Amino acid sequence: MTDSHSEFSSDVDSHADAPTIDPDLIDDAIDYYTPGEPIVDAKAPTGPIDQRWSTRKFEARLVNPSNRRKLDVIIVGTGLAGASAAATLGEAGYNVKSFCYQDSPRRAHSIAAQGGINAAKNYKEDGDSVHRLFYDTVKGGDYRSRESNVYRLAEVSTNIIDQCVAQGVPFAREYGGLLDNRSFGGVQVSRTFYARGQTGQQLLIGAYQALERQVAAGTVTTYTRHEMLEVIVAEDEAGQSRARGIIVRDMVTGEIETHLADVVVLASGGYGNVFYLSTNAMGCNVTAAWRAHRKGAYMANPCYTQIHPTCIPVSGPHQSKLTLMSESLRNDGRIWVPKNKADCAKDPREIPEEDRDYYLERIYPSFGNLVPRDIASRAAKYQCDDGRGVGPEVEGVRRGVYLDFADAIGRLGRDAVEEKYGNLFDMYARITGEDPYETPMRIYPAVHYVMGGLWVDYDLQSSIPGLFVTGEANFSDHGANRLGASALMQGLADGYFVLPHTIRDYLADGPFEKLEESHPAVVEAKAAVEERINHFLTVGGTRSVDSYHRELGHIMWEYCGMERTEDGLKKAIDLIRTLKDDFYRNVKVLGTADSLNQSLEKAGRVADFIELGELMCIDALNRRESCGGHFRAESQTEDGEALRHDDAFAYVAAWEFVADGEKPILHKEDLTYTAIEMKQRSYK
Amino acid sequence: MAVTGLVFIGYVLLHMYGNLKVFAGQEAFDEYAHHLRTFGEPMLPHEGLLWIIRAVLLLSIIGHAYAAFTLWGRANRARTQKYVVKKAVAATLSSKMMRWGGVTLLLFVIFHLLHFTTRTINVNGDKDSPYERVVSSFQPEMWWVTVIYLLAMGALAMHLRHGVWSACQTLGLTNNAKSRARANFAGVFLAVVIAGGFALVPLSILLGIVD
Amino acid sequence: MSAPDGTKTGMKLTLNIWRQPDATSPGKMHTYQVEDVSEDMSFLEMLDVLNEQLNAAGEDPVAFDSDCREGICGMCGLMINGQAHGPVTTTTCQLHMRSFKDGETITIEPWRADAFPVLKDLVVDRGAFDRIIQQGGYISVNTGSAPEAHSVQVPKEDADRAFDMATCIGCGACVAACPNGSASLFMGAKITHLGQLPQGQAERDKRVVNMVAQHDHEGFGGCTNIGECTSACPKEIPLDVISQLNKDLRTAMKHGR
Ligand SMILES: Cc1cc2nc3c(=O)[nH]c(=O)nc-3n(C[C@H](O)[C@H](O)[C@H](O)COP(=O)(O)OP(=O)(O)OC[C@H]3O[C@@H](n4cnc5c(N)ncnc54)[C@H](O)[C@@H]3O)c2cc1C
Ligand code: HEM
Ligand code: HEM
Ligand code: SF4
Ligand code: F3S
Ligand code: FES
Repeated sequence: MTDSHSEFSSDVDSHADAPTIDPDLIDDAIDYYTPGEPIVDAKAPTGPIDQRWSTRKFEARLVNPSNRRKLDVIIVGTGLAGASAAATLGEAGYNVKSFCYQDSPRRAHSIAAQGGINAAKNYKEDGDSVHRLFYDTVKGGDYRSRESNVYRLAEVSTNIIDQCVAQGVPFAREYGGLLDNRSFGGVQVSRTFYARGQTGQQLLIGAYQALERQVAAGTVTTYTRHEMLEVIVAEDEAGQSRARGIIVRDMVTGEIETHLADVVVLASGGYGNVFYLSTNAMGCNVTAAWRAHRKGAYMANPCYTQIHPTCIPVSGPHQSKLTLMSESLRNDGRIWVPKNKADCAKDPREIPEEDRDYYLERIYPSFGNLVPRDIASRAAKYQCDDGRGVGPEVEGVRRGVYLDFADAIGRLGRDAVEEKYGNLFDMYARITGEDPYETPMRIYPAVHYVMGGLWVDYDLQSSIPGLFVTGEANFSDHGANRLGASALMQGLADGYFVLPHTIRDYLADGPFEKLEESHPAVVEAKAAVEERINHFLTVGGTRSVDSYHRELGHIMWEYCGMERTEDGLKKAIDLIRTLKDDFYRNVKVLGTADSLNQSLEKAGRVADFIELGELMCIDALNRRESCGGHFRAESQTEDGEALRHDDAFAYVAAWEFVADGEKPILHKEDLTYTAIEMKQRSYK
Repeated sequence: MAVTGLVFIGYVLLHMYGNLKVFAGQEAFDEYAHHLRTFGEPMLPHEGLLWIIRAVLLLSIIGHAYAAFTLWGRANRARTQKYVVKKAVAATLSSKMMRWGGVTLLLFVIFHLLHFTTRTINVNGDKDSPYERVVSSFQPEMWWVTVIYLLAMGALAMHLRHGVWSACQTLGLTNNAKSRARANFAGVFLAVVIAGGFALVPLSILLGIVD
Repeated sequence: MSAPDGTKTGMKLTLNIWRQPDATSPGKMHTYQVEDVSEDMSFLEMLDVLNEQLNAAGEDPVAFDSDCREGICGMCGLMINGQAHGPVTTTTCQLHMRSFKDGETITIEPWRADAFPVLKDLVVDRGAFDRIIQQGGYISVNTGSAPEAHSVQVPKEDADRAFDMATCIGCGACVAACPNGSASLFMGAKITHLGQLPQGQAERDKRVVNMVAQHDHEGFGGCTNIGECTSACPKEIPLDVISQLNKDLRTAMKHGR
């Protein structure tokens, strides 16, 4: 399975020629936020880009091995980003506590990643290099990521592969016994390492095993089925506030526990579930990040979401989640919808060739079915909005397009197709009950990944000192769009190779003065958690938590999904505010606080999603440009393509929480590029 | 478990071979029974080999039963709350019958020893010639003896069918699909040959082929 | 696949479900009716529908585990009509209602094994698996100390076999299905995965001995090679791994471990 389509074709690049726009026009969101101080220093060292990371590593202070035992580190999350960090810090001798909401660290959602992990090993001698991976990633992110961070990511990518192989991760190999690579997500070099369609699983099991090894060694303690509900931020004697611990709920006994430490790391994953339906796991949430945000951590670029074009469509109102199918299917499958609305309900095999619209091939003749994710996704949406979608009607609209392998089967033979895509076809058949060898598959886009997240500096430290954020939970490396196979790379880079170095500089000042459970900051955090739980259990309303979540998802998908408009976003903000109000007054949560209570868990998560949803819409409203995965209808070229505005929007939007009901503050961090030149993309 | 099981397999194979000498006539059979007892003399005392075999068998059955009951106990403790509904998909009947089948075999062996070795149970008059003892036991009028033996052979077949496969698996001889299939075949094959071989004797006597 | 007339929606089902308020209280079976079940629903979505119904009626929803709902995290797992993960070789979350008939009665129980205590309703604690892994289910390599990846070559066959065994998702269906309540398939999968690779050799003896000791200590039963585990395994881990486990154990004993 190789993805050979090109997400960015260098031949068609043209220099940014976006017209300058009237600043009055672009402040769509001004009624919704308060402008704040810009962020001037994200703490990246200066100097040549390829030396910044070594400079930082060298300058970061060391912690004496005998002191490490006295330093307590809390890590929330056991995905690639969290488990790798916990294992590494445990090995180094710190006293680590690791938390996850599942029943085992091995089940974090990283396990679901299929395609692969990038690394600039250049094993294929096809011209790859650290610099090229860096270049592809910045460009892929549509010039909305920090160059220093991305360069570092590319630099450590090679160590990741060494580490994982040594751990016994069974990457695909060639007959000669060496590691195999494929090209993926539209780049022209083969730099993706993979383990069949289960790369995430194999990498996570590697990290999980390293973590469990430390548990046996006594350096890491795991707390499974524990959900973090609050972060404790306390001032020290010098008046410096620091993150000093977390409040968690033991999801089995319901006990509210306080865990204190010298530093807190959030590796709690992405918040795609704000859309209700996404390819994320049921439990994926924003709670850990959102609670930190409310305590002072900036939230950066929350509106940047990645929507993946090849997911299995919704089959009915019962749908609880969406399943991703590898993008590689687009290499051989042809995407079409009927030309006539009347044909939409027909058996596709009965629709003659001349009545089919292969719309991607028609609109994008040079890239055809291999246009990038966001373009393919949007095009599918337009067809369905236009009433030419296929598959079952869900709430009056057919949301699906055909992905047809009839040609491929004719050309390559059924066996060859089966060899390449057999497992995907089987999965499709199991879920839909249709045989894709006989009738075309149906696909539809789904939310898949969020590039936005908590703002962090070069050290991965948030705007709260002592609160570090890694993996999908931070915003740092992907800009406005993420390359395929780069999220796994980032998670492991952060956890194995970046955080362990940067965190020691912070910990060199520790151990910090011991915090008592009676400290006002602790008492306040714990009381807040208890009060919230108590509220949910006593509202005594009539609507289930799921019904609110589903409604929020609808709003987000409709107005803050693939295509966003000023009117739509404003409407969404109103709708979300009303929904929030209703939620707090009318939600129905049964059961008790002191037992395993899945409705209660969901209630807390949905409450935070609602608040996040509002901020996402404000962020999207503010960004009146189309960039990466973010498409603003107001900012397109004459022929309907995304139009970026580097003059007005080449910044990171970092949002500060003020208080409930008050406008958030927007801090802008300007993005400057010294090692790469900004270009506008084009696919026609 | 596997080791003791294999000892049993070895023994029943030999024993079956011996029993089939019934077909060679009284002389051959009695000769063989005698030979068993004088084998190795004078290096070994009279019945020396026999006692060695007996000792090995006794130790084996103790070890085997001990292991079996330990496993049985562990299995019971591993699931104290039973399923309301439980379907077996892959388990063969033989595998499910191992424990009760084993107990059946044990009871049979005791009966069998009382019958032929200690001659405590006299089915059809005590005879001096081992051959006559066998032949007289399985006469049609003593049909219930034959029934007991045949039932025991059924139990033996099943015990061996799973036991042979299981022993291979336990010894780590079956770590690919091919060797697994081979071990399964060996199980069926040995079960049929051994139980069938044993059963031939009483059946032939019953049907008057041997008299 | 859908029936010729295309209708298999609106199925009516009777569910017998194990309800148990918490780990220490006794539980018992309860009967519920669900209507309007569509064949496109996954089994867990069908339970979601039941839970919405219970919630509306003011009854405590049925607790069950799930997370990825795409067959990879290993979080879900129910005993459905006496079969772990139900009648199809897949995970509970990937089982769809088209495998059931209108009017059917379905019995749903939690994994039963004393090493997997029930926490509530259909939710069990599989922490024993993590503790088995802690006893050696890894290759000891500290971060940053790894040699260049291409310095070790692994024949493709070995890499592929290691991969096949590494696909275990730790769901526990093997334990649930085994008449002896043994976790040998789970353990064998890990031992075979790591033992198949050159990197895994140094700790091979120690690994198997310690993992088996922990397995027995957790109260799992011994394997008598019945084979139910492998047919319940959603990842089709073959019985070979148990043989490999035994072989490694024997080798380790020979080496005096
Ligand atoms: C279907 C799918 C396929 C993908 N395929 C690829 C791919 O091929 N290549 C690629 O590079 N990327 C891929 N991605 C993206 C990538 O998998 C993720 O971005 C990445 O794994 C995230 O890792 P993480 O460690 O940051 O978070 P996660 O793995 O999501 O881990 C989050 C952790 O935080 C814990 N947690 C969360 N909230 C709380 C809380 N409140 N309290 C306590 N604990 C909490 C969870 O228990 C979990 O342990 C894919 C994503 C999906 C959904
Ligand atoms: C006390 C009575 C007996 C009991 C309870 C018993 C029980 C068992 C059990 C539970 C096994 C399965 C072990 C496994 O699969 O690993 C087994 C295996 C076996 N039994 Fe018995 N058994 C008994 C007597 C016998 C006798 C009398 C014979 C010989 C004729 C015999 C021959 C075997 C063989 C060959 C095996 C296979 C060994 C193995 O599995 O490793 N057993 N027995
Ligand atoms: C139809 C089947 C069988 C027949 C006809 C048969 C016949 C005999 C006879 C005649 C003897 C006495 C031998 C002698 O003392 O010289 C004997 C002994 C014995 N048989 Fe069998 N046997 C049968 C099956 C079995 C089976 C299935 C087992 C074991 C599982 C078994 C175990 C023994 C043992 C342990 C002895 C005692 C040997 C000794 O003296 O120590 N037999 N059998
Ligand atoms: S071996 Fe199979 S059944 Fe057992 S835990 Fe692993 S995946 Fe689940
Ligand atoms: S079902 Fe049980 S007995 Fe062994 S072969 Fe499987 S663990
Ligand atoms: S919920 Fe993840 S495997 Fe079923």
